Amino acid sequence: MKLHEHQARKLLSEFSIPVPRGIVASSVDEAISAFHELGGPVVVKAQVLSGGRGKAGGVVLANNEAAVESAAKNILRLEIGGYSVKRLLITDACEISKEIYLSALIDRNAGAIAVMASSKGGMDIEEVALQSPELIMRRHVDYATGLPQFMARELGFELGLDWDQVKEFQSIASNLVELLKQVDASLVEINPLIVDGEGHCRAIDAKIDLDDNAMGRHPELENLRNPEEYTREEIEARNAGISYIKLDGNIGCMVNGAGLAMALLDVIKGEGGEPANFLDVGGGADSVQVRTAMNIILSDPTVRVILINIFGGITRCDEVANGVIEALGSISKDVDLVVRLVGTNEDEGLSLLKTAGISAHSSMVEAVKQAVELAS
Amino acid sequence: MSILINENTKVMVQGITGNQGSFHTNLMQQYGTNVISGVVPGKGGESVFGVPVFDTVIQAVEFDRPDCAVVFVPAAVAADAILEEVACGIPLIICITEGIPVLDVTRVMQAVNASGVRLIGPNCPGLISPGRSKVGIMPSHIHMPGPVGVVSRSGTLTYEVVQALTDAGIGQTTCVGIGGDPIIGTSFVEAVKMFQEDDETRGIVVIGEIGGEGEEQCAEYIGKYVDKPVVGFISGRSAPAEKRMGHAGAIVSGSTGSADAKISAFEEVGVSVARIPTDIAALISDLL
Repeated sequence: MKLHEHQARKLLSEFSIPVPRGIVASSVDEAISAFHELGGPVVVKAQVLSGGRGKAGGVVLANNEAAVESAAKNILRLEIGGYSVKRLLITDACEISKEIYLSALIDRNAGAIAVMASSKGGMDIEEVALQSPELIMRRHVDYATGLPQFMARELGFELGLDWDQVKEFQSIASNLVELLKQVDASLVEINPLIVDGEGHCRAIDAKIDLDDNAMGRHPELENLRNPEEYTREEIEARNAGISYIKLDGNIGCMVNGAGLAMALLDVIKGEGGEPANFLDVGGGADSVQVRTAMNIILSDPTVRVILINIFGGITRCDEVANGVIEALGSISKDVDLVVRLVGTNEDEGLSLLKTAGISAHSSMVEAVKQAVELAS
Repeated sequence: MSILINENTKVMVQGITGNQGSFHTNLMQQYGTNVISGVVPGKGGESVFGVPVFDTVIQAVEFDRPDCAVVFVPAAVAADAILEEVACGIPLIICITEGIPVLDVTRVMQAVNASGVRLIGPNCPGLISPGRSKVGIMPSHIHMPGPVGVVSRSGTLTYEVVQALTDAGIGQTTCVGIGGDPIIGTSFVEAVKMFQEDDETRGIVVIGEIGGEGEEQCAEYIGKYVDKPVVGFISGRSAPAEKRMGHAGAIVSGSTGSADAKISAFEEVGVSVARIPTDIAALISDLL
């Protein structure tokens, strides 16, 4: 689950990490009044769940009302990374004498929490990692201990901060790790953390990704969920225990298992077709889940063919067949159905389908070939 | 020999009274797996398909020391179940449970690494040494004993590949599902190392997917240390970036985790990479 900058910086504040003052605005008028309330030069920033805001023109410095008005107008018209800009963050503009990259994250390879810091702040960290990996420092952190002060000091001095600034950095870095642990984030990133004109450290941008698997124990964070992160169908699917991601093609897919679902997309593309979605109906899906999945696929008007690829293990073919048959009524005449059904209770499933007049393939590739032909 | 489990492996089931736990205990028994005990707090003294249930792992260990534990408990309490097994020194722990918060897994990994036990998963189908023992949820009938070791991050995709192998008359020493989560107990490298050291295994199939760098590390290891034939497959070539494709670990993030990077890493060390999963059977058959 991704947070907007204005949500992330609020969490940083709660963990005593200093951020410039800021006000959220959702119209040009609100942006102008925020400017007057802050009473000085401001930065107008697009609030979208995507990187690359600066490059897209979504971050603009404005010194007076006219500049704020035109910046707000322009940015509210932008679409960045597939998201149209609906909200702005107006913050105090800061004098910047140094830019640092700082993050706490779950390091997959190490299986542990890591803190990463770089003197190349303000840049795309992926770029820095490619161009000059030696400028990125990484320390692994014991879950129980958190980030020890000495480790934060090592990083601070290595970043070229003076002793007073290192003291501030020490507390920011430790609090960042605490924040990651407390909210079950997979990433908490400050890019950049700046040293301002008075020599103080401040976070002027913030990014937080929360672990979806942990949201069950954080009801207090549920209201931070942003509806635009997922489509209506994706949310409906998740509530039913289904993974659904909308894609651009016209072959609607239903598969059990994420690996097999991805492989099916690859085989479809290999045969010259275009999948309309990724859909993993989940392990042990029953007929209700299958019917829900069918309805989600059918709600996409571009779908010409539904391709069902089930390899029953924990999932039973007869349950799948029942769900498909129950959903048949909602399939319009111009949508074709192609089924591949093998595995647990295969014979029962196939005979149910046969009774309903549906034939099934035993090979995934054969099924894909037919679906691609019907869709083109 | 197979790797990790065989006909002598004594298995404890954590969460044996639940739907999945009891259902799969029965299927494992039918396959010939030696299930000696189960654990569910508050259910001590009951029995499931003739298997005695204990309140705690330590009680189960006092009854008869298991070689292997399999975890079916819900995600919210799964990390604690694994920590309990680690504390009791169970040498092999297989976690089927999906959806464990990743920070919990970092805590588990600290304990696992400090104690020297082996964790497989979480979010995995388990493992099977065909004809000998199965500790997991895979459909038994698609497997047959033979010379190929299979390691995979996915469940049903592995069934697809195993079915194709079996249909082609190529049996398996052991099939290991290492799990689809971002942090997992046993890596591709460790599984491949075990297959390389196993006398009975003559070829290795590695089924990877987008996300993380496990496949790249595996390719590097194969280049240096593996002389048995290896065939690979990578799922997710057409997946969009920054989207979590079902598995919590299957996400292309920035420049890491793309299918292309993984495929070329394999090809650079001479691993043939199948374009569709069922082609794996023909590729490995040519190399055996």
